[in-house]
Amino acid sequence: MNYEEIRKKATSQWQALQNGQKPRIFIGTGTCGMAAGAEEILATLRKELESNGLKADIVQVGCIGFCYAEPLIEIIKPGKPGIFYGNLTPSKVSEIVRDYLAGENPRPDLALVCRDNTGVDGIIGFADFPVLKPQARLVLRNCGNIDPEDINHYVANDGYSGLARALKMKPQEIIDELKKSGLRGRGGAGFPTGMKWQFCRDAPGTQKYIICNADEGDPGAFMNRAVLEGDPHTVLEGMVIGAYAIGASEGYIYVRAEYPLAIQRLKVALAQMDKSGFLGENILDSGFNFHIKIKEGAGAFVCGEETAMMASIEGNRGMPRPRPPFPATSGLWGKPTTINNVETWAHAAVIMQKGADWFANYGNEKSKGTKTFSLVGKVQRTGLIEVPLGITLREIVYGIGGGIVGGKKFKAVQTGGPSGGCLPTGFLDSPVDYESLAAAGSMMESGGMVVMDEDNCMVDVARYFLTFIQLESCGKCIPCRWGTKQMLDILNDIVSGKGRPGDIDLLLELADGVKNGSLCALGGTAPNPILTTIRYFRDEYEAHINEKRCPAGACKALLT
Amino acid sequence: MSKVGTGQETAAPRATKEVIDKADKVLASFTREKSNLIPILQQVQQVLGYLPEEALRRIARYLGAAEPGVFGVATFYAQFQFVPRGRNIIRVCRGTGCYVKGSPRIVEELEQLLDIKEGETTPDMEYTLETVACFGSCALAPVMVFNDKVYGRMTAEKAKQVLGRKR
Repeated sequence: MNYEEIRKKATSQWQALQNGQKPRIFIGTGTCGMAAGAEEILATLRKELESNGLKADIVQVGCIGFCYAEPLIEIIKPGKPGIFYGNLTPSKVSEIVRDYLAGENPRPDLALVCRDNTGVDGIIGFADFPVLKPQARLVLRNCGNIDPEDINHYVANDGYSGLARALKMKPQEIIDELKKSGLRGRGGAGFPTGMKWQFCRDAPGTQKYIICNADEGDPGAFMNRAVLEGDPHTVLEGMVIGAYAIGASEGYIYVRAEYPLAIQRLKVALAQMDKSGFLGENILDSGFNFHIKIKEGAGAFVCGEETAMMASIEGNRGMPRPRPPFPATSGLWGKPTTINNVETWAHAAVIMQKGADWFANYGNEKSKGTKTFSLVGKVQRTGLIEVPLGITLREIVYGIGGGIVGGKKFKAVQTGGPSGGCLPTGFLDSPVDYESLAAAGSMMESGGMVVMDEDNCMVDVARYFLTFIQLESCGKCIPCRWGTKQMLDILNDIVSGKGRPGDIDLLLELADGVKNGSLCALGGTAPNPILTTIRYFRDEYEAHINEKRCPAGACKALLT
Repeated sequence: MSKVGTGQETAAPRATKEVIDKADKVLASFTREKSNLIPILQQVQQVLGYLPEEALRRIARYLGAAEPGVFGVATFYAQFQFVPRGRNIIRVCRGTGCYVKGSPRIVEELEQLLDIKEGETTPDMEYTLETVACFGSCALAPVMVFNDKVYGRMTAEKAKQVLGRKR
């Protein structure tokens, strides 16, 4: 079947759902939704519909990003815009079914927002909704809006049109388009994606591989999980496009074992792709063959590092090796390999669907496009967000997040996970882009954003990250294996009231050694949480060491 | 009886015959490629609940790999367990989002309630208490997973209730 035929079929199915005479109810059943009790809500919903003698199409969708309001449903009555109801309990569900589905009262008192720009019946519309206003959802465009287990929903919403277009182009033209878009890697240091693909394409050899890094190991980050659960096809489309551009015949997705639902959704998606002709032999009659395998991680943070990940796929201990040679010339089983993370592949699909210029309209000069972040910690509205690069931290923390919980004082926002740093109030008006974050001593990394308030002790936060890194250090190189241990010992002493004068200087000296002496980025960036907290919150260290006092009142040993 | 997970446990090993049969059945479903080692370890652990020494030997023999090599891979990854675990697995998230919202307190409370430390199993083999780097449900922090069911917005009190329902 060619793409147009597949699309026609998918569109008519989608239209039938849109124009049906029954109300549609979308319920978020991603991991977040489930954790908040979506299962119970779904059961109540079914029961209430039945006892009221009502019929409705219930669609289970991924995370729409309003995680703070989970469990969440959207009700779309024929001819009306969808209305979201959040923080649901079984009794609220009963009321909503009775008043809005059996009756005509949309219950503005229980509604969160309306999928309409102007809003209805006093319910705020999308255009005025503070959570969505600063956002631009490119990668997340389908999350929460389609059934992730139905490929037709994806296809009906332009899905695989990027692949269909790419297959009619020369591979070099695709890479040129990627370069033009300005897309940079969304999982680490922000290397230009088009260049990465070019190196691999130009590398000699007939057998090449691509890998999707879905080993989202940064604690506090869940963007990749949400995309895989909510719209797996957008990632897979990007992979097929990339494989064609690079000349790879096999691909791997390395997913954390802690993400069982994402793994299940990927399996369903791969089977559907295969059946529809988007994967396997002779994809869309182009003569191009490509296969994807899922590899489940086994719980090792260091496997997010590309050479460690390849070692793990090969069946070895996941330990990094020195680069060069870079994976582009010698990667998986010594063959040229391109590794990109989930979001980068997803962006590649979007760019091929909509074009490089369209993409480059978002963002600022050196950081093009959008970036997903998981906004968590002490903000009122936690969630999964996607914003144009260059937006300020203030717009994220106060605009989208609604400020700090309980009227407390903002202290810092931690970006970049264990490789990143804690940025204080002074950075609230700095742009969020690769260069600005690096200049501040932090990193973009995959996009965890943890907001901290006056009750969080910055020394303790540094100790928290070091504890994590020290546990996850693979032990191959000495600066990382012993340096992180020594730094952690000092931090443990400081938070338990045994800090000594000179500890700060010792930490800085060790940090320098670990940063410059480590083999891979895990060690190379491990000191960042310490370095940024010393740089911006030195007074807290001094209070712990000199006065045996924790200004935030968080360190137990110092509370008397 | 000593507690499992302390390194001094004397838990009765399962019948070797059962271990061998189950491990062999898993092995038969894989080809003998080195890259299958981790998926095999995962599958065998899924079936047996942990990785007994005898199973590791069978895996090494099947793949034609040296035993220390297989043991080295297995011990590298946090997912693999070498002692039996309890019938109910409690996992508390220690990710950043959960940490800043108080997950350490939940671990402490559960340790007291069950009279075991993190990583240990109760002597009656009923509960194992573990912590995990991050479940990726940070927006609903703190998070706990009880037998694969995820619970968000936890408090020490709610955690006890979740266990109480089971007890």
